[in-house]
Amino acid sequence: MEGTKPFFAKPDHQKSLGFPGELIENWHDTAIGKMGDLLGKYRSFQVYLDSCVKCGACTDKCHYYLGTKDPKNMPVGRQDLLRSVYRRYFTFAGKYFPKLVGARDLTREVLDDWYSYFHQCSQCRRCSVFCPYGIDTAEISMAAREILDSVGIGQKYCNEIIGKCYTIGNNLGLPEPALRDTLEDLEEEIFEERGVRVRLPLDEEGADVLLITPSADFFAEPHVDGLMGYAMVFHEAGIKWTLSSYASEAANFSMFIGSYENMKKQAERIRKAALDLGVKRIMHGECGHAWRVAYSFWNTLAGVGHGADPNDKYAQELQQRLDPNFPVPQHICEFTWDLIQRNQLNLDKSANDDKVLTFHDSCNVARASRMGDTPGGQFEIPRKIIQAVCNNYVDMPRDTIKESTFCCGGGGGLLTDDLMEVRVKGAQPRMEALNRVVEDHGVTNMAAICAICKSQFAKVLPYYKMPMDMIVSVHQLVRDALVLTGQTNGEAEADPDEAQAEES
Amino acid sequence: MSFLSVAYVVLFYFAAAVFIFGLTYRITKYARTPAPLKIPTMPAPTTRTGVAMRLGREVVFFESLFKSTKWTWLFGWIFHFSLLLAFFRHLRYALTPDSFLWPLISLEVVQTFGKYAGYGMLIGLTGLLARRIFVDRVRYISSPSDYLHLILLLAIAGSGLLMTFVSHTDIVQLKAFVLGLFYFDPQPVPNSWFLLTHLTLVALLLIIFPISKLLHAPGLFFSPTRNQVDNSRDKRHVVPWAARLDSTHSD
Ligand code: HEM
Ligand code: SF4
Ligand code: SF4
Repeated sequence: MEGTKPFFAKPDHQKSLGFPGELIENWHDTAIGKMGDLLGKYRSFQVYLDSCVKCGACTDKCHYYLGTKDPKNMPVGRQDLLRSVYRRYFTFAGKYFPKLVGARDLTREVLDDWYSYFHQCSQCRRCSVFCPYGIDTAEISMAAREILDSVGIGQKYCNEIIGKCYTIGNNLGLPEPALRDTLEDLEEEIFEERGVRVRLPLDEEGADVLLITPSADFFAEPHVDGLMGYAMVFHEAGIKWTLSSYASEAANFSMFIGSYENMKKQAERIRKAALDLGVKRIMHGECGHAWRVAYSFWNTLAGVGHGADPNDKYAQELQQRLDPNFPVPQHICEFTWDLIQRNQLNLDKSANDDKVLTFHDSCNVARASRMGDTPGGQFEIPRKIIQAVCNNYVDMPRDTIKESTFCCGGGGGLLTDDLMEVRVKGAQPRMEALNRVVEDHGVTNMAAICAICKSQFAKVLPYYKMPMDMIVSVHQLVRDALVLTGQTNGEAEADPDEAQAEES
Repeated sequence: MSFLSVAYVVLFYFAAAVFIFGLTYRITKYARTPAPLKIPTMPAPTTRTGVAMRLGREVVFFESLFKSTKWTWLFGWIFHFSLLLAFFRHLRYALTPDSFLWPLISLEVVQTFGKYAGYGMLIGLTGLLARRIFVDRVRYISSPSDYLHLILLLAIAGSGLLMTFVSHTDIVQLKAFVLGLFYFDPQPVPNSWFLLTHLTLVALLLIIFPISKLLHAPGLFFSPTRNQVDNSRDKRHVVPWAARLDSTHSD
């Protein structure tokens, strides 16, 4: 939307990430210089700026365009804000025939437009699915934000949060003592409900598994219900696991601002925590963009994965200690699904009989990661888990799920109150799809596996006349159906044979 | 040789040089630019073979476009397929019967369908042009060059069809001219207005190829979202500039 833009980052926050504090005097030359630098460093940026044929296939694929009807929110419209400048300064046609190819000078107005519209892209990659060359506007948005940061105009929300991650260890700024208290409270809550001591360990050296999860899991609703779910699954599996107060954040907001250096610095906190705690496996909680960084980038950024070159000392330092029998990182859903398949969990589906579920594929899980061994596992595994713990499940229309899923409207660093209007409008396509299954199939709840999706939906559902607690965590459903060994006063009194029979 | 013939010989050598060097330059640039992160659009193939098949489907069927918009896909595919057929048919002007490709291009199908491919191009291009003019969203993203690309190709197909079906050219002399270019032994160009127009436009197409959106053809093969294997957890992917940051942190 014209004129909509998020708050600017304050000078301190800019500087702590290595960017100028405010708009620098020679911003024009610096921006063009930065663009040239990125063209040499990222093949995606170079190839995508050249290859677009303006076929228009992507024009109606972005949820922000569908919600706002602003043509600059069409993926190609968004790219062209930057491509027009690229052509002017870096191509023959744009240098000598600017009018002919729609090239233009970088002016202050153009820069403002960049700030506005590259913060109306959630980097959800829906456009890249439909473009005949796979042009991914997310790549352009990330580059644009990096250019903006390099001339001193960063976004408050993202940059402040990244700073908190460096100083405290997580996006929320939750220090170790507070985190410890929270986890103890949760242990107490589970004990009161089930009569079983389920632990949520913090900084325990010698644990087998390090769990990295978004910090929203520590306090927000419905995130925290999911966290209890993970703990109960670990408990049943009899696995020694731990959280880390140093790496108490899965989300890596540096991806949103396209900063490789900062993204690496953030990812290295996970590497350090894994080395310090001496774990053999690294797992990941429910989070979308974070799972993208973990699944696709951790190995590159910090050697958190397998298969580094034997001479790669940096990566081998960690990889030699990791158990080669498990994927690194492993998604909590992969772990839970494996246990379910091996009949290790005693599940009472009827505990969720008050609900009719649907599943929202989080954009970055769907289009930027995988689960399991086969392509598309990221769609199947969460659905199979839900169907193993709930009796009533329906999918939303096919063109709004799986690889065609719509972003929640709050991804990519947009989950901030100063962008509320864009968020509400961007949520529209998902809300319409949800409404369809509510009306046709009586759906009562939508499950998701992303901290941003959960927070965003809790906020925007009421705008669409649906209750905010409609949104649930997948592991919240698991928690509710899971019958703990030795459970005393749980309401769910399931016959184990029956639960197994349903499974097969 | 007439001035006209000299001019056309020069034009074609110039166009060929721009095309070959320009395209080599762009392709080398794409190949040399590192892709530091794994960004395949998922679900993506987990093997190299799978990636080759994914790219193959994009090139042959325009798979992603098919998912997006059926009309653009239809017209776009008709145009490109016809262009390919027309290209094969044209090989007979540039090849001699001792070429290993000769049996292929002298096939009845290639010559007959190739002849009508010009109509296919016209239909496809007209559809694409109409979409560009009448669909608001597409008109919004179009600059003059986007229309001109289509008009240029329409004019090439149109002038070609006129020669095939209305005013024939001296094929023997044309072939001598083309072979002359290949063997650096310039021959006179047939003096026909349709042919000269057709040739000029084709030379123009060659010249703009490496400096325009026609780079989409090589671009597709270098698109990281389409050409990367999904194996980031099993194999560490680092490019030189990123690897340099490793040591500064650990040592
Ligand atoms: C590997 C080879 C190629 C592939 C895979 C390819 C694919 C595509 C696709 C998917 C589109 C978008 C849909 C459409 O508008 O038709 C397109 C557009 C276009 N292609 Fe190609 N193409 C190739 C080669 C070429 C060549 C050799 C030319 C011309 C000499 C060409 C000229 C065009 C033009 C002018 C457009 C834009 C059409 C418009 O304005 O709507 N393409 N191409
Ligand atoms: S990445 Fe998502 S938000 Fe950004 S332009 Fe593409 S579809 Fe829109
Ligand atoms: S689908 Fe791809 S090529 Fe077509 S207009 Fe959009 S970005 Fe450009």
